[in-house]
Amino acid sequence: MAQFIVRRLISSIPVLFGIVLLVFVLVRVIPGDPCTATYGEKATPALCAQFAVRYGLDQPLWQQFIVYVGALAQGDLGNSIRLGRPVSDILVERLPVTVELTILALLFASVFGVILGVVSATRRNSPSDVGTMVFANLGVSTPVFVLGLVLAFVFAVVLKGTPFALPPSGRLSAGVTITPLAVAWGLQNLEGPPRAVLDFVSHMYIVNSLVTAQWDKLADASRHLILPAIAVGTIPLAIIARMTRSSLLEVLGLDYVRTARAKGLKERSVVVRHGMRNALLPVVTVIGLSLGAFLSGAILTETIFNLTGMGSTLFEAISSRDYGVVQGVTIVIAIIYLIVNLVVDVSYAFLDPRIRLS
Amino acid sequence: MSASDALDPRAPTAIAPEGEVVAQPQSSSLRRDTAKNVLRQRSAIIGLTILISLILVAIFAPVIAPYPPDVSMLDLGEVGRRGAPPCIHLLGCPAIQPQHIMGLDSNLRDEFSRVLYGSRISLQIGFLTVGLAIIIGSIIGAAAGFFGGRSDNVLMRIMDVVLSFPSLVLAIAIVTVLGPGLINAQLAIAIVAIPIYARVMRASVLSVRETDYVTASRALGESQRGILMRRVMPNALTPAIVQGTLGIGGAILEVAALSFIGLGAQPPQAEWGSMIALDRNLFFSAPHLIFFPGLAITLVVLGFNLLGDGLRDALDPRLNR
Repeated sequence: MAQFIVRRLISSIPVLFGIVLLVFVLVRVIPGDPCTATYGEKATPALCAQFAVRYGLDQPLWQQFIVYVGALAQGDLGNSIRLGRPVSDILVERLPVTVELTILALLFASVFGVILGVVSATRRNSPSDVGTMVFANLGVSTPVFVLGLVLAFVFAVVLKGTPFALPPSGRLSAGVTITPLAVAWGLQNLEGPPRAVLDFVSHMYIVNSLVTAQWDKLADASRHLILPAIAVGTIPLAIIARMTRSSLLEVLGLDYVRTARAKGLKERSVVVRHGMRNALLPVVTVIGLSLGAFLSGAILTETIFNLTGMGSTLFEAISSRDYGVVQGVTIVIAIIYLIVNLVVDVSYAFLDPRIRLS
Repeated sequence: MSASDALDPRAPTAIAPEGEVVAQPQSSSLRRDTAKNVLRQRSAIIGLTILISLILVAIFAPVIAPYPPDVSMLDLGEVGRRGAPPCIHLLGCPAIQPQHIMGLDSNLRDEFSRVLYGSRISLQIGFLTVGLAIIIGSIIGAAAGFFGGRSDNVLMRIMDVVLSFPSLVLAIAIVTVLGPGLINAQLAIAIVAIPIYARVMRASVLSVRETDYVTASRALGESQRGILMRRVMPNALTPAIVQGTLGIGGAILEVAALSFIGLGAQPPQAEWGSMIALDRNLFFSAPHLIFFPGLAITLVVLGFNLLGDGLRDALDPRLNR
């Protein structure tokens, strides 16, 4: 097992290098230069020359790349030219929003996807099966942004005034604020990476209000994330439901399941204990493969529900030619994606011994 | 005969600008079997019906649409309100008011006409984007699988790098470099999709390469190039095309998403994603401006997904024989 993980880790190093190189090149060929984007009308040649020296933009590209990789290796993602802050600070503030949204959507999609798939497979061709599959087909075909807007309309306008009304934008209701954990726990003097981790967690409002036991704020923060999470999770949910159904149907036709039935086991334990264990393997892969869909969905959904996460940060940075931020955000997203794929691979090998032996 | 033409598994390549990857005719019985199998599936028939209707709508848009897609009602001397709700005479809308089945958009254009014309753009997006991705992806995958060794390693590692980005994020980065626009958005989505087809093609070529008839060709002294183009490619292409049919829906969704965030089709072009983006602010007062184009996107994507599922199942011998 350890050997498998090490092999997998080593094989992702060239990919990681490729990611950094690709992003670096892409960002440099974006038309327009950061100096005029920062200073606008005030950008004189003299000012721009000074600007270029300050940010190392006057050096040859390969030199800039080496400097960048060196800094990256030390965890330094550079500075935002426009905001004058380290990119890592911006990430600590905004990445938690996207992470929280993605995790909620992932939970929603996996739980309901598997349940729907199992119901569908065990009652094959019943109305509930047909209904689920119609829903699944519609689900994969609906654009995230349309679903998000429709959900916002239904829950914020149509159901306004009823107990089912949900807020269509922002992370907290007006007037509600959340104290950073560093303040709440008197750790303002904490520095460096531990502080960054603490702030990161602190910006996940659900986690923050949960660990500080502020239940009203927890409810408020959760209510704000329900609609975005449904919007992000629906496409993966539909894919997971379809995969669970077909995979369980295949497994339930196998001999060992017939044996289990012949032994007189209850249908429920045949499905759950015998069937699901083998049927879930492809489902795990599909959940892993949907991660791109989750992240893309989160980026689109953030703009609809006014959440300042990675998506809005990326758009802002692109339109203002903020090289450092575009670079940092894209690389961090790609690295997260790489790591999660690695985890999926490893967990897959863990679930199925045949894979790690091959 | 037209039905079986539409079902020909090679049909998507027919729109490919270059003829080089078009497969050689396979035995007509396989084609007939496939057509029969596809038609045996309810979902495939539904998908096909949706797509044929949409293609008809796209072709006859100028005939069906009551107005040109980009003309404001003001220019036609009609007084209307921005984002006016649908007015259908049959459903009790007063006859004095001009009929607008899907209402007016924020620029006082007839939403129905715009949605109809949008089907042209959307279908073209689907075929062109995936067609391009299949052609390039297949060539890369076939080269990697057929020649193996170092070229295989280098090509597939590059594909891994592209695959290691969430597709929309990379597409956004590429469009930023190329500049916003419908063509560039399609290019970006095609580039991002290439690795999928490269992988499918490589796997397929690897299995075909080992068959006896390829060994026979080699023994007969056929050139490498000839073996690859005439023997291996035609027989290895089917999985890529099935994957392509399944991918068209996704490509349409992604291009619509790019248009929605302003990087794809630009106003006043009647593209569904950009229509939704344009009238987003009117959403709470005029939800029909989101609903109708949204429904249109869902329909076209649903059509391709259902057909793709049917095609895959029809070509999967495990499921049919």
